Formats: sequence, C-alpha cells, structure tokens
Amino acid sequence: MLGYIIRRVLWIIPVLFVVSVITFGLMHSAPGGPWSREKKLPEATVAALNAKYGLDDPIPIQYLKWVGGLLHGDLGPSYKYLDRSVNDIVADGIGTTVQLGIQAFLLSVIIGIPLGVIAALRHNGIPDYLATLVSVLGICTPSFVAAILLLVIFSVWLKWLPTFGWDSPANWILPTVALALFPIAQIARYTRASMLEVTRKDYVRTAHSKGLREGSIVVVHMIRNALIPVVTILGPILAFLITGSFIIEFVFSIPGIGRYYVTSIGQRDYGVIMAMTMIFAVAIAVMNLIVDVLYAYIDPRIRYS
Amino acid sequence: MTLSDDRSRLGSPAVTELPEDVTIATEEGRRLAEQLADNRRHARKLLEVRNLSTQFFTRDGVVHAVDDVSFEVDYGETLGLVGESGCGKSVTALSLTRLVPNPPGKIVSGEIILDGINLLKLSSEEMRLLRGKKIGFIFQDPMTSLNPTLTIGYQIAESARMHLRLSRKDADERAVELLSKVGIPRSRDRMRDYPHQFSGGMRQRVMIAIALACDPMLLLADEPTTALDVTIQAQILELIRSLSEEFGTAVILITHDLGIAAGMCQRVNVMYAGRIVETGMVDDIFETPQMPYAWGLLDSLPRLDEQKGARLRTIEGLPPDLIDPADECRFSPRCTYARDVCRQKEPQLTDRVGERHAARCWGTEPGGWIQ
Ligand SMILES: Nc1ncnc2c1ncn2[C@@H]1O[C@H](COP(=O)(O)OP(=O)(O)OP(=O)(O)O)[C@@H](O)[C@H]1O
Ligand code: SF4
Ligand SMILES: [Mg+2]
Repeated sequence: MLGYIIRRVLWIIPVLFVVSVITFGLMHSAPGGPWSREKKLPEATVAALNAKYGLDDPIPIQYLKWVGGLLHGDLGPSYKYLDRSVNDIVADGIGTTVQLGIQAFLLSVIIGIPLGVIAALRHNGIPDYLATLVSVLGICTPSFVAAILLLVIFSVWLKWLPTFGWDSPANWILPTVALALFPIAQIARYTRASMLEVTRKDYVRTAHSKGLREGSIVVVHMIRNALIPVVTILGPILAFLITGSFIIEFVFSIPGIGRYYVTSIGQRDYGVIMAMTMIFAVAIAVMNLIVDVLYAYIDPRIRYS
Repeated sequence: MTLSDDRSRLGSPAVTELPEDVTIATEEGRRLAEQLADNRRHARKLLEVRNLSTQFFTRDGVVHAVDDVSFEVDYGETLGLVGESGCGKSVTALSLTRLVPNPPGKIVSGEIILDGINLLKLSSEEMRLLRGKKIGFIFQDPMTSLNPTLTIGYQIAESARMHLRLSRKDADERAVELLSKVGIPRSRDRMRDYPHQFSGGMRQRVMIAIALACDPMLLLADEPTTALDVTIQAQILELIRSLSEEFGTAVILITHDLGIAAGMCQRVNVMYAGRIVETGMVDDIFETPQMPYAWGLLDSLPRLDEQKGARLRTIEGLPPDLIDPADECRFSPRCTYARDVCRQKEPQLTDRVGERHAARCWGTEPGGWIQ
C-alpha cells in the first residue's frame, strides 16, 4: 500500500508538468496582454512593466523562470494588484475556500448517502419519488442559479440569512447549501442505484437466511458494499467542489481564492490564473489519491501493490 | 414463546425433557409445555409440507413455480430434491424459509409445519427468529453467497451472537471451532480473512459453518456443489453428510444429479414443472422407477458399464412453460409413452409398490400400459 501511494505521488509530477505547459501556453497565446486596459497605457510604461516582470524574455526562459519560482513556493506576481504577490492573495483566501469546500463535501455526503439509502429501501414509494425529485432538480440546476434562487428566497424575501460576506456562521449556510446541491443529488442517485443492486445480491439473501435483523442487514451487509461504487464518484465530486466554489464565492462575495480566479480571468491577470490553475491541479490530484486509498479501505478485495 | 437458546452443544446433541423454546412461567405454561413435548415425542416428522403453492406474478402471467407440493422430512433424515433446471427446487427451499423474493413471488397456499410450528402463520419477526436458528441454508454459488466486505469470522459468529445471545468473544470461539470442524486449517488465523482469500471449495466450507452456526434442525442445501470441481464436490458432500450425522441435522439436498442424491439421501423427491412426480426410497427409485421422467434422469447418469467418454443421454425437449399449466400430464409433450389420457387429465401422485413410494403417471398406475 505504501509503495502504491509513493508511486501515485510520483505520478503527480508528470501530470503537473503537462498542466503547467498547457496553462502557460494558453495564457501566452491568448490575445491581449496583462497590460491591456480600456485606456491604453503609454508605450514607455508598458515597456518598463514588461522589463520589470521579465516579459521580454524568450517564452521558454519565461516558462523556466515561472516553474522555478513555483518549485520554490513563489507563485509569481499579480499583474493587477501590483503591490501583492499571488502568494499573498492565496494566503488570504485559501482558508475560506477550503472551509467552504469541506463544509459542502460533508453536507453532500451526510445528506446524499442517507437520501439514496432511504430511496432504495422505499423503492417506488413516496420517499423514493421525493428523493428522485430532489436529485433531478439538484442535477439540472446550475449552481449559480441555485445560489441566486437561495439568495432571493432566504435573504431577500424571508430575510432569514445574510446575503453576502463570510463573517459569521449564518453567512456560511447559503453558499454551502448552494455548492452542495449538485453533489447531494449525484451521491443520492448513485447510492440509490447501488443499494438497489446490492439488494439482489446473493450475500444479502444469505444474510436473510441467517435470520439477522432487517436493520443490521442494511447497515452491516448492504451499505458498505453499496458505497464501493459511490466512492468512485467522490473524486469527480471533489473536483466539482473546487471549480464550483469559484462561482459560489463570486455570487456571495466570499473572500476565498476562487473569487480572485473568476475576476482575474476578466482582468487577464495571467499570474493569478496560472498559479491558481496549478494549485487546483495539485488539489485535484491529491484528492483523487485520497479517494483511491479510501476505496481500498472500504473494499478489502482491492490491495494496491 | 421465546426462541432463545443457550445450549452450546456443538457435537453433542442434548436431550432435553421439555422443548427449549417454551417459557415455563406459570402452571398453565408448564402443562402446555409438557403437552407440546409429548406431541413431539409422538410426531414422527420434523417437517410437513402440505399443498404448498408458490407463484410469481410477472408481466407475462402467473408462474406456477411450486404447484401443490406435499412432502415430509423425518428428524435427522436426508431427503433429496431432484429435477431439471427450472422445475422449482430452489423456490421450494426458499418457500420453506419464507425467503421467496416478494414481489414478484408469493406463497399462495399450503402449510409448512416445522417441528410442530406452522411457519406460514408466524409473524415475519417470529419467522426471522427461526431462520438460521432452526433452518440453516447453504446456497449454490459460494463465490457470491458470502459478503465480500466482512471477514469470514464475523460472518460465522454473527448468527451465533444473534440467535444464541453469545458475547462477541464466545461467538468467535464458536466460529473458530466451527471452522476447524468444516476442515479449514489454521482456523483461528483465518477468522480475520475475507472471502476472496479462499478458494471456491473453502468458501463452501465457510458457508456450511455459517449454516450450522446455531445447530439447526434442518439444513437446506441448494445445489451445494454445482459450482465446484468434481474432486472438491465429493469432499463437500462428505462433509455435509458427516456433520449432519454428527449433529443429527435433517438435510434437504437439492441437486439435479440423481447420482449425488443416490449417494447422500435415504429418500428422494423427483420434481418436474413445479410438481413432485415421484417420491420414494432411493433404492426403489433406482430399481423400480415409476415415471418415465425419472427413467430419463436415470438414463442421463454416467454408467459404470458404459464406455468411458460415451455421450450422456439427455431427455429430449424442454420443460413446459409454468404459466397457466393445462390439465394434462406435464411431462406428456416429452414422454415417449404418452397416450391420449395423459393429455386429457393430469395424473395424481398415487402409491406404488415399495415403502413410501408414489408416482404421478397414468402409465404405471395399476392396469396401466407401462410395466
Ligand atoms: N424472481 C422470479 N421471478 C419470476 N419467476 C421466477 C423467479 N424465480 C424463479 N422463477 C421461476 O420459478 C421456476 C422455478 O425456479 P427455481 O429457481 O426453483 O428452479 P430450480 O429447480 O431451482 O432450477 P435450477 O436447477 O436452475 O436452480 C422457474 O421456472 C423460474 O422461471
Ligand atoms: S402420465 Fe403419460 S405422459 Fe405422463 S409420464 Fe406417464 S405415461 Fe408419460
Ligand atoms: Mg435452483
């Protein structure tokens, strides 16, 4: 297992290399530069800025400098906030983003799995139809639409919850729910389908033939087996939570790093875009690794070596 | 009535004065218990199945999977249930434990009396308490019948904890003991292994340990060796035979192989299309079978006097559709002896020469045309 984990960690390196080349290449081939403004800057200013940030260097040299910086933990400059480095921006916002992601993840697991289990156990009953309805809505509604709807209903009309900010736990509720909606729906759907499949398994019939209680058959014999396929979608769901949080942070004005990612795209702040893309790539790779290890933990037949 | 039982009588069948499943709190209870015990001493049968019908309600119609089946099992006896695929053997066994998948399946009529208890009158909770406790079940496919995410130690100890109220530690001890009894070496070490770490034959041994964990009175073995290699088959059958003898457990052995039934059972029920078509002592069925279908099954056995590699004869044709069976002998479309009467009215299961021997065939009835 340890060997497997080490090999998986080593695999992250070439993946990140490819991501860095693509990101860098795209940013440098996009029309317009970091100094494009509505009001054109004087030629001399642009030249001075280019010199300061090393943008006159040949492209490969620029790439090597950038990657060298990354390896030393230097995420590079922001071309918009000239007084701040990407490191500063990330340090400010990452805690908030991670907190939002974890909250949404926990919420989607805590709600999604029981929802799917109940739907399967009450197969074709009212709870099943309700759960299916929730799932379909959750999957069809883009998260920004859900976010705006929640805002309008709970903040504007009912005035129960604040509209934006991140200062108090009351602020956390709407963004977390908005972000978790899609993963809740997906996890519930997968859990339901998987539970229904497990119901027909021979070992469940064996469990019944042993005279076990219905509850213990569900909890001990069915749920764990049913969760094996569900774990495989946790990887993509974590990736969704990361990318999804950009929009949610933007809608609710949450001071996380995702918000900067969105604004920096509009502002062509290439330094921020590239650095954050790399951060997200690392995060997704690491989380997929964690999911795979979790997978082996749940399913004893899987022994990575 | 409580179904708890704290005997720990692996290997030593206890002789009790009163049935252990009756709580004696009052004088009236005591009299009742004595009466029950008395009834049991005189009742010969462990299991009586009367007019059992189990049907599946499918989109195409009602499948008469088990159709008006009656039979008995004595205490400690091994009864064979033999027949081609789809004739209703498994559904019969599932009906006995009330585990027929519902929907679409349902026991529509009949009585199942196990050790004096009418199973079809029990609440589902009472029935649950009997499963695993009085009736053990071994299924066909050991590769899929064990839970892949639980250790085999857990899976064996689980029912002992549930039915015998053993502590986790005592149940584990019992599981170790059972594992060595079913012939798994280093049983203590292997408790923590998962099913995928065992071969098919070893898994079936584990399955047997699970089925016997609470020392049941009746063991249902549904084609316990069909999925295994021939050499392993013999070992597993021998294990079932020796353990059932040692524990005094009655066995219903389901197989489509009359040869296996001959080696294992005292009596055999031959099933065809949801019906019992012949029943009797193994020797009678082998020597004087009274139904062309049973001959067909016998003919399809490999014989010692045949050349090695000679092709096995099989019965021509397919079993009938079990949806809305007509009033005719269900074997008549495939029977080379069939006459008009066979297609006009279904024969009844009537007695034949020999102990408890009966068959369902016009041709072998007294005055029939088959000698
Ligand atoms: N879940 C089900 N739904 C509909 N019909 C069923 C179902 N289970 C069994 N049957 C029908 O019941 C009949 C008897 O099936 P059963 O499984 O008892 O056969 P069997 O004698 O055990 O055969 P095999 O040797 O293949 O195990 C079959 O004709 C089958 O089509
Ligand atoms: S009743 Fe007729 S058709 Fe049926 S088995 Fe006997 S001889 Fe054959
Ligand atoms: Mg079967």
